This record gives sequence, structure tokens and C-alpha cells, in this order.
Amino acid sequence: MTKMTLTIDGQVVEAEEGMTILEVARKNTIPIPTLCYHPVLEPYGACRLCTVEVTQKGRSWSSLQTACTHPAWDGLDVKTNSPDVREARKMIMGLMLSRTPNVPIIQELAAEYGVSEPPFTVDDPQEKCILCGLCVRVCNDMVQAHVLNFSDRGVDRKVGPPFMEKTRQCIGCGACTIVCPTGAIEIVLEEAGIYAEKPLGPTAAIYVPFLQAVPRVPVIDTDSCIRFRQQDRSNGEIAEACGACQTLCEANAIDFTQQDEVVELNVGAIVVATGFQMWDSSKLSQYSYGRSPNIITALEFERLSNASGPTGGEIITADGEKPERVAIIHCVGSRDKNAGAHEYCSRICCMVSLKQAHLVRDKTHAEVYEFYMDMRAFGKGYEEFYERVQEDGVVMVRGRGAEVQVLPSGKLRVTGEDANLGKLVAADVDMVVLSSAIEAPADASQVSTMFGLSRTPDGWFAEAHPKLRPVETNTDGVFLAGCAQGPKDVPDTVAHAGAAASMVLALLCKGEVTISPQVAIVDEKLCSACKTCLSVCPYTAISFIVDANSARINEALCKGCGTCVATCPAGAITGQHFTDEQIYAQIEGLFRLPERVEA
Amino acid sequence: MSTNGKFEPRIVGFLCNWCTYTAADTAGVSRMEQPPNVDIIRFMCTGRIEPAFILKAFAEGADGVIISGCHPPGDCHYTNGNFKTFRRMPLVEALLQQYGIEEGRFHWGWISGAEAPKWAELVRGFTEQVRTLGPLEWKQQLASKED
Repeated sequence: MTKMTLTIDGQVVEAEEGMTILEVARKNTIPIPTLCYHPVLEPYGACRLCTVEVTQKGRSWSSLQTACTHPAWDGLDVKTNSPDVREARKMIMGLMLSRTPNVPIIQELAAEYGVSEPPFTVDDPQEKCILCGLCVRVCNDMVQAHVLNFSDRGVDRKVGPPFMEKTRQCIGCGACTIVCPTGAIEIVLEEAGIYAEKPLGPTAAIYVPFLQAVPRVPVIDTDSCIRFRQQDRSNGEIAEACGACQTLCEANAIDFTQQDEVVELNVGAIVVATGFQMWDSSKLSQYSYGRSPNIITALEFERLSNASGPTGGEIITADGEKPERVAIIHCVGSRDKNAGAHEYCSRICCMVSLKQAHLVRDKTHAEVYEFYMDMRAFGKGYEEFYERVQEDGVVMVRGRGAEVQVLPSGKLRVTGEDANLGKLVAADVDMVVLSSAIEAPADASQVSTMFGLSRTPDGWFAEAHPKLRPVETNTDGVFLAGCAQGPKDVPDTVAHAGAAASMVLALLCKGEVTISPQVAIVDEKLCSACKTCLSVCPYTAISFIVDANSARINEALCKGCGTCVATCPAGAITGQHFTDEQIYAQIEGLFRLPERVEA
Repeated sequence: MSTNGKFEPRIVGFLCNWCTYTAADTAGVSRMEQPPNVDIIRFMCTGRIEPAFILKAFAEGADGVIISGCHPPGDCHYTNGNFKTFRRMPLVEALLQQYGIEEGRFHWGWISGAEAPKWAELVRGFTEQVRTLGPLEWKQQLASKED
């Protein structure tokens, strides 16, 4: 690629062949205003706003050219803000303001070039489209839906779908609304607003799952991505739609052909850290979850108050207003014997609720009511934080929030008992945050079967010993970390995970494993070669040795359950430490004990 | 077996190490109320329990026998040892009937490590049940037949 140099506003800049003047200028942060330009679309030269004064090498005269379409040539002298340029742009903006007098960005640009009033008669003061064709190009070239195009000519020229009618070809991707510089196109959703389906989730088809994600790389949601949707809709005919992310990614990291793959690894230890899932708050109907967009779970609130969330961290109700009163209800779905709820304490919710109460006070100054049963501020610094939140002016109501009603006005009425007052209390609020329980993931039973883990009745994976072996499981080499074992807050999870990692390292560093001597052995002289034992061993530890005409047990694989011992019809297998003789001796021993003395 | 003339049943429990033995341990540590009539013999898995052990217990003088392990299908520490028990025990029941041992003297079932109260409940209920049935005295019967 040949390098060349040109001069823009007296600054000597380098360019590569194939670049336009606009691209060179943008690369060198020299401002040139544009309306109909978008870096992923072919330049079109429709708005003429990027007009610049160009003098070619060796010529004494200059001409006005659009920077977005004019190639960068060696020796060009470009002026982006000369009197001629300004005069031309003033004319352009005058014409544009006459067409669309009420579009803010046009008004601003016109004012910049000295046009405050439309110089020509305005036909339709509500017109917003400047016919820049960005939407047409994005729809045809990128999305390849071919919905939008120009129709008619001259003063009647306009943009729209065929015959200006709704068309099923439109996939509702919204690309046209994003590129439109004047906001002339609106997407009308069947369901409205910011709280529609997936309200607090990602807002683009390619996104970083969350800011602290490891590895921190974006993923493509193939259900929303224009390229994948077009592939699906056209049965693969439209294979290369959009690709804006690919065009813009300088590292060339976007690969649309990547597929999920199954990787098989041989490992010496496994840490099960499958975490938790949120309990479905609509299971208990008294909390009215799902009946009002202003009844949200603590996790949804977390997203709402997140600076990178949909509201930029502003705490607002579904109507976009700051709430004046907020109720936070503890123990929703936990410490509850009702069907569908959990009897255990979810452990994290008290502190989460206090933090969220603090956030509400801090960001909105709304009145906050905390309905709690017991305040479990159990950790280091937690009690102090509880004190601080009380000093913030949060109203603490000791008693479970019994019911949330959606009033006809849209307000929410929370009723409950204040156990300290011994009275029923009610609060009419704008927003209710449910501190919902956390529970074992729905597929925990599959994971437990896969790793031979047992589960406690509350659904979490069972550790080998509740006090002394909290990260080990009963399956050798499989360890637990975090909420897979039970509800934990962040510091506890970090400690637990660190312990699991240490256990793994301790196991792997030794290079050898000690196994229990409680294994079964075969007396090859007694073995009748019936092979019954082979079928009962869950560990495939028994193999049949043809030469010896006998079964043989691999002691490294045998776990000592003794099933084969009980099964062997010839009595050829002995379970060490649990031999028949030992067990008979135990039984006999029981009845040689002296007679019991009644207490 | 009796003291002061009152019949106290002797019961042998064959329990698996991972589930019911743990439950029994927990029941004891938690001081759950249960009669002292059950003597426990620990196995690594109920799959190890041979029918002969049960007969041996009755022959030695037991008035009742309890077999208990991990809940099927997925609780077994050894994947499926409890399934072997599940298949074996109905046969044992039939065998005991043929020997004339009443149904109520033999219990087999599942209690997980977390179900200590269930274990205590079983011990209370089963002891009462065997007490009602009275002494088995199989050992004496066997001895008299041998003569």
C-alpha cells in the first residue's frame, strides 16, 4: 500500500491509498461536520455538509468537493474551514433548515454557519427527514432487508418502504433509527418502553456480559444479531448481513463462524462452582411480582442502579420518575414455610437490602421502608453499616412484609405487621424491591449425578463434613466453591474458593494419591469365572483375566463399597476390613453383651 | 431379653456409612430422643449386606432388623449400591416369611445423612412395633429343632 502525504488546514498528514479526505481528517482529529456519513457504510455525498476546498498538486485553482467521497491523493491541499467552505455550508444549511426547521441538530449546525431563520418557505414544519439516505443504505447494504428506499423525484422525493406500507420484510432491527441523524425514524414496539421484555439486560446484540467478566470479551447474542437473524430468516441465503462490528473492529477479533465446541480434558481435580439461581418471586402471589413494573427483585434493582445499566445508574420507576417512597421487603421466598418457598436463610439479602436502601437514600432522597424479620448483619463491619443505614433515615419495620397490592392509581401498598409496635402497618410506595431468596440452580441434580455428589434437603451440594471438611465432597478429587455449597456473600465465596484451590493444589502437588485399604480382593482359586461381579461394579474396577480364568480387582479404582463381595456366589471376593468373619463377629458380639440395665 | 420382667427388644441396624449411619450419628449428637434398643453395624454401602447377615442376626437373638441406606436413585455414594439392596430386600422379606419370622420384625428403607429426625422417629416406631410383637426367640427354637 503506497503512503502519501497531503495537507489539511496547513497540517501535513499521511494517508494510505483508498482513504477519503474525510477518513484522513478524522484519523488526525481534524473536525469536518457530516450528516449523511457513517463509517461502516459506503459514502454517498448526499448532505454536502462535508464540503471542503481542495487544491490539487500543481494546480493554481481550487474546487469545492465533498470530503466523504473525494479520495485522498498525494499532494492535495485541503481547507476545511475557508471562507468559501463556510459560504457553501451556509447555503447547504439554509436549504436544510428550510426543509426541516424543527430538528435540533439542523438548527444547531445552521446557527453555526450563521443561519438562524429558514431562508425559504417551509412546506411542512414537522418534516424531519433530510434525505441523507443513511437509513436506505443501512437497510440495503448492511441489514440486507431491502425495506427502505427512495421514491418519487425532485421535491417529492421521500424515503420509505414500498408504497409507504407496513412490510413483513422489516425485521425490526432498528438499524435505521440508530443511523438517522435527525431522529426522523421511530421504532414502534408492540410493548412499550424501557421495562419491556429483557428490560434490564443488554441493549445491543454484541456486549460484554458484565464489566467484571473474565475474560472480558464481548459476546454476540445470535437471537438479536442482525447477521444471524437474517441468516435464519433467509435459510442462509443472506449470509453476510450487517457485520458492522467486524468492519469497525481494528483487532479483527470478530469471527461469525465460531461454534460452540465440546472440549475433553483429562484433569486431576474438579472444583464445582455452579453457583445459585434467583428464586422465582412470582411463586408467592402475595408479593404481586409481575403485576407492576415497579415491583422488582433485588437483582433487578442492582441492574437499575448500575452506572453501566439501562438508566445509567439513575433509580427511576417505570414512568421515568424518581420514586418518592420505596419499600424493601426482606426474606421473600426464604425463611418461609409456604409451598414453593425455602425454609433456609439466604444469608446475603439483609446486607444487600441495607446497601440498596443506602443507594436509594443517596441517589433519590426517597423515603425507604425496610420490612425485615431479623436483621442478620453478621460479618465484619456489617453491624456498623447497619447503624449507618439507620442514621441515613431508613425506616426499619420489624415484621415480614405480608402483602403488596397494586392500587388502581398504580401506586403500591405494602402491608405488614410491625412486631415492635404490635400493630398492622401499611405504606403506599412508588417502588417495591423484593429481596428474593437464592436457590440451587435448576440443573443441580444433573451436576450431582455427573460428579456423584449428594445434596442436602435444601438442594445445595453437600460438603464432606459441615465443620471440618467444608470444601471437599464425598467424591475424591471433587471440591466445592461458593454458593454451590450454600448461600454465601462475596467475602465468604472468595474464602471458600481460595480454600478449594488450595485443596486442589495440595492434591496435585503430591503427585500421588493415598487410597483407602478398604478394597475388595478376589481369591483366584475360589473364583468360578461367572463374571457376575463385573456387572455390579459401578467403577469398572473389576476385569476378567482370561489367562487366570478369574476376575481381578484394580485396587486403585475400587472404592470399597462391597457390592461385589455380597454378590459373589462363590464367596471368592473379600471386602477388606468388612470381611464376612468380621461382620459375623460383630453380630455375635452384640449378643454377648451383658443384659441391659433399665435406666 | 428383659430386666425386671419387662421385655426389651433387641434390634440390629445394618446401616450404610454415608447416609443412615451419618443420620444416626447426627441424631445422637443432636440429642434426639430415641430408645437404646438398636445396635448399629456399619457398612460402607447397603450393597454389601448379604441376606446371611440378617439371618445371622435373628439367629443370634435379635428381635428385629433394620436395613437403611441412601435414597435411590441418586443419593448412593457408590452410584448404585442402593439399587442392589432394592432388588435384594424383597427376596429377603419372602425368605423371612418362609422361616416364620413376622413381617414387622424386618424393616428396610432409606434415610439420608440429613434426615436425623427421621432416623430417631424410625427407631422409636420400630422399637415399639417389635415390643408389641414380643420376643422372637429364634435362637431357642433353632436349638430345640437341632435336638
